[in-house]
Amino acid sequence: MKSSGIWVDIEKCLACKTCEIECALAHCEVSEIREAVRLGLRPAHRVNVVAVGGESAVPIQCRHCEGAPCVLVCPSGALSKAGPDQPVLLDYEKCIGCKSCVIVCPFGAITVGPDGRTVVKCDLCLSRLKQGQQPACVSGCPTKALHFGEIDEYAREARKRAARQLLEAMLAEGEA
Amino acid sequence: MSQVPKTIDPAGQMMIECAACEGIRIAWDRLEAMQPQCGFGKLGVCCTVCAMGPCRIDPFGNGPQEGVCGATAQTIVARNLARKIAAGCSAHSDHGRAVAEALLLAAENPESGYRIKDERKLRRLAEEFGIPQEGRSAEQVAKDVAEACLREFGKPHGELVMAQRAPEPRKTIWRELGIMPGAIDREVVRLLHQTHMGVDADPKNLLLSGMRCALADGWGGSMIATDLQDVLFGSPKPVRARTNLGVLRPERVNVIVHGHEPVLSDMIVEASHDPEILEKAKQAGAAGIQLAGICCTGNEILMRRGIPSAGSFLHQELAVLTGAVDAMVVDVQCWMPGLAKLAERYHTRLITTSPQAKMPGVEHIEFEESRAYEIAKQILLAGIEAFPKRDPAKINIPKQEVDVIAGFTAEYIYTLLGGRYRPSYRPLNDAIIAGRIRGVAGVVGCENPHLTQGYGHVEMMKELIRNDVLVVATGCSALAAAREGLLTPEAAYAHAGRGLAEVCEAVGIPPVLHVGSCVDNSRILIACCEILKEGGLGSDISDLPVAGAAPEWMSEKAITIGFYVVASGIYTIFGEPQPIMGSAEVRDLMCRQFEEMVGGYYDFEADPVKAAQMMIAHMNKKREALKLRPMMYEPAAEELAAASE
Repeated sequence: MKSSGIWVDIEKCLACKTCEIECALAHCEVSEIREAVRLGLRPAHRVNVVAVGGESAVPIQCRHCEGAPCVLVCPSGALSKAGPDQPVLLDYEKCIGCKSCVIVCPFGAITVGPDGRTVVKCDLCLSRLKQGQQPACVSGCPTKALHFGEIDEYAREARKRAARQLLEAMLAEGEA
Repeated sequence: MSQVPKTIDPAGQMMIECAACEGIRIAWDRLEAMQPQCGFGKLGVCCTVCAMGPCRIDPFGNGPQEGVCGATAQTIVARNLARKIAAGCSAHSDHGRAVAEALLLAAENPESGYRIKDERKLRRLAEEFGIPQEGRSAEQVAKDVAEACLREFGKPHGELVMAQRAPEPRKTIWRELGIMPGAIDREVVRLLHQTHMGVDADPKNLLLSGMRCALADGWGGSMIATDLQDVLFGSPKPVRARTNLGVLRPERVNVIVHGHEPVLSDMIVEASHDPEILEKAKQAGAAGIQLAGICCTGNEILMRRGIPSAGSFLHQELAVLTGAVDAMVVDVQCWMPGLAKLAERYHTRLITTSPQAKMPGVEHIEFEESRAYEIAKQILLAGIEAFPKRDPAKINIPKQEVDVIAGFTAEYIYTLLGGRYRPSYRPLNDAIIAGRIRGVAGVVGCENPHLTQGYGHVEMMKELIRNDVLVVATGCSALAAAREGLLTPEAAYAHAGRGLAEVCEAVGIPPVLHVGSCVDNSRILIACCEILKEGGLGSDISDLPVAGAAPEWMSEKAITIGFYVVASGIYTIFGEPQPIMGSAEVRDLMCRQFEEMVGGYYDFEADPVKAAQMMIAHMNKKREALKLRPMMYEPAAEELAAASE
């Protein structure tokens, strides 16, 4: 898995929050929402859709940073990163709920769990990835605003767009 | 969201800040918490019609483009919109039905408290419905008129009687398109049927049916409400009153009537004069009773009785926050369930009255029309009981209260313009033909915390009157204009163009005429008919230099009104788009194809001044087609002249 992660095409986010619901259900004992509600379960979502300006919305989730501040600050070693290109994982048994990670995360991606005893954070849906599936938020997104893939691929696409725009500008300049 | 001012009303602003200080959440806070709101919903491409769903169409083309049944965005959007039209028609029409039932009581059960106040209008209606009147009392005639109106809701055959008031060319268009409305309830059922899974997938067919259902409201349910309300409670005449939160009085028992039906609110006004009630108020230590209205029921008692209006839709919570409202009585439509939690923080007794509009935990005094007067007294007593329980520390009434002139109707314009002996629309038609008045605009509709309360209505009206457009207003729009002083003759001097100002001065009217509640939008349709009958301005409503607008709309009722106004041949602009932008086909139908089909069509423009300019351009187009004289005074020309002096 070469430096893969979740990236967002912000223009396509319609704030339906399906990513939040899919994420919560992927981290829940039952995976069907009506069943979860009937059982009174309160699964937590690790991705949060945030309103920006009057019209836009951005889903924010853990960036699985290389030099993750949350890992550095965790006093109980609950947060760890197995190596480069690996997700930052939370060991719920070791978490003492000190919330230092919540404070130190520059993205606000870590939140306090519903029982208040530990925090919750994105685990990149490792178990789904191992089964060849995509993270729940990505597969759930109805507009395909959320993507999972190599970050370099994202950069490559951006370079192609930039190159095309440059070429168009030069050609237009030439005609002027 | 938080940078946009919430209201242009200083009284409203003061109470919003009061809520923030007290840590009380009101509509604006709940809106903030709801951000971001779902784009699929906004676009109209979320379908929950059947259990094969729920389905969503991806507006960007990557995800599904069809629902499970195969419906594409045009079907989903049109179906959803049709349901809204049916809901709006139901609200207005059920209101009309209640008035017809009250008329029946006036005819058969005078102990209810209902009486016939405008016998002349009753007899005109009797003639229209073909009811014999020779040697019969008003009550006998009223019984038949009421029954005839009630039949309009369910008769198996035939066109709506009041729809016959429309000009012949208009009726021909409706018949040829198959949208001439029949029985009101039937049109709702017919439309809803079309929206069921596996029925109508054709957006044009759905929206034509939507127009028919909307016409059953505008020329049916709403018109019945307006006319029978005039018969029961009196036809309005210009009246001077006051509006805004400052009308609440610290030394009196403040009872707010909120909702829509004067079947309730007018009776409460009646009961407020009862000596027993006044005595009880005195015993409780109050100087008397202060009634004030909110929303359309407030407009009804403002128009007919000069009772002050405390405010419009977004003022409902703000009124309670003054700490001085002893009872708030609600019936149907536009009251927020959030009032329940809010009233608990104060001594205010929130009372529901309609068997159709309840809220768990909220006191319910069922308003039985057969005992209307008695129950109205009971409701006032509830307010009197609450009066001593006020917390003086929480009382905070803004000082704003503004003069208003209301009470204009299609009928009164005759008298207004022509005087008692030669009532006539001629002066209005002449003013339009001569170019003193460019045209008439109906600026109507709700308010919406998505926008700055009042800004859309007021800025649009100012731009219109600056350009010699006479404005008629209803509902919360009229109240927003009222708060800014536009409903006074003085506003003509301050804001109107020269042509309109001359007319206002000659006749003694404000440049913006309050013609009533939202069901009274039917008055605007009748006024258009009268203008045409007077002559010189074409033969169909679509010939007239008129336009409609709902710059701050919120409710489904507003969508229905938009549809009946468009179907009647009038260009109509809404501020925020209706939830249709997810389908280019539906948008094209509503904003372009409708013009060819019915002469009226939609535009969506959020900027109120730009929208006003679009309405003005449309009126100019109509004036040109009618070969009318150019405008006597163009503002641009005037400014140029003034600048060069």
